[in-house]
Amino acid sequence: MAVSGILMVLFLIAHMAGNLHIFEGRESMNDYAEGLRTFGEPLLPRESLLWVLRIGLIAAIGVHIASSIALTHRALHARPVRYVSRKPAKGESPHAAATMRWGAAVIVLFVIWHLLDLTFRTVNPVKEAPDAYGAVVATFAPERWPVTVFYLLALAALGFHLRHGIWSAVQTIAGPGLAWRRRWQAVALAVAVIIVAGFAIVPLAVSFGLVS
Amino acid sequence: MKLRLRIWRQPGADAKGKMVSYVIDGVSEDASFLEMLDVLNERLIADGEDPVAFDHDCREGICGACSLVIDGQPHGPQAATTTCQLHMRKYKDGDTIDIEPWRAGAFPVVKDLVVDRSAFDRIIAAGGYISAPTGTAPDAHSVPVPKADADAAFAAAACIGCGACVAACPNGSGMLFMAAKVAHLGLMPQGQPERHTRVLGMVAEHDAAGFGGCTNTGECAAACPKEIGLDVIGQLNRDFRKAAARAA
Repeated sequence: MAVSGILMVLFLIAHMAGNLHIFEGRESMNDYAEGLRTFGEPLLPRESLLWVLRIGLIAAIGVHIASSIALTHRALHARPVRYVSRKPAKGESPHAAATMRWGAAVIVLFVIWHLLDLTFRTVNPVKEAPDAYGAVVATFAPERWPVTVFYLLALAALGFHLRHGIWSAVQTIAGPGLAWRRRWQAVALAVAVIIVAGFAIVPLAVSFGLVS
Repeated sequence: MKLRLRIWRQPGADAKGKMVSYVIDGVSEDASFLEMLDVLNERLIADGEDPVAFDHDCREGICGACSLVIDGQPHGPQAATTTCQLHMRKYKDGDTIDIEPWRAGAFPVVKDLVVDRSAFDRIIAAGGYISAPTGTAPDAHSVPVPKADADAAFAAAACIGCGACVAACPNGSGMLFMAAKVAHLGLMPQGQPERHTRVLGMVAEHDAAGFGGCTNTGECAAACPKEIGLDVIGQLNRDFRKAAARAA
């Protein structure tokens, strides 16, 4: 859970930073997208980097989901009779049990939509693969506001997921003492906020006409 | 004060249980929660009914026997307090109070609110001890312990083994209980020789007993009447990683 999660967090940071190329204009964004495909050429075949990332991500997602199923399965067996009334205690990760499970469902739905939208372009008005900039501008166009709202909701779920997930991964792997636990919780919150803000600024900029 | 109690009644381990309502009048605000249940039981016995079974022993917050989930919170609404130290002044006239047993597959209900917590004993037997040679007791200062370690070990050793951590955990995990013992002994010089076999043995027994996995939600620490913190779980994770690497 922890290792696969950290790999995906690293991917998210790179993905978020790459997205910001959109503010440099159509040419720069599309050059960046093409650069991801031609990285390492002519030494390596086209899309080498992308395929490494894709295989790595698929493996990480597989391990992450398998771990979550195993944990949930154990949790269900560990409490066969449910409480009639239950008031969750406000622990150091308040409402983590709910936000992790429900958030994960929202994130899975979002990733499916996101791939159909901006990778395969099935539901995107712009079908030409090289025009990444055009595809982003088209999907977050002001009249397609439900797409933007769904994107932002998924980001909120992702933010809660990361706030708990990052410090939980640190607790699992490193087991910090009290002072460092507080610091890592602050780091987890900061990374979650930066990732969510970095992703959210793109659809918001398109929706409000700052990027067109 | 007058209260409505909704109490989990289950005649035996294999019987089906249900919440049963009782109205109790004239409860003193100076009574402890368990004394309030004593008053109810006296009335039930006088009426020829089966009294409510619940665990209790010292009634001064140190034995870990009392184990009630009150309105969805293990040991009730007051922080750092066992059920026996909870007093009725926390409640007001007309309140409805739900009382349930710890709910965990590894803690089967014996009767009503009494659960079998011998799974904890098996976890301790799987490594939660030191193999000290017998003989006369050594001088107290013969093995120096740094003050910070002694304090942290003492804080972890405050665990009374009540099981509120399991009752509070959304995954039904016994991680905090197990980690408190691993941290307590792992911080002391006497605990070093068996440090690695201890953590591996205890975790294996914990998982075999049917407790859930830890997802670091922290609800255990918030419910713990002895305020044992998540740092003990951090230490268990560190020790486990080292022990597993060494065993591999």
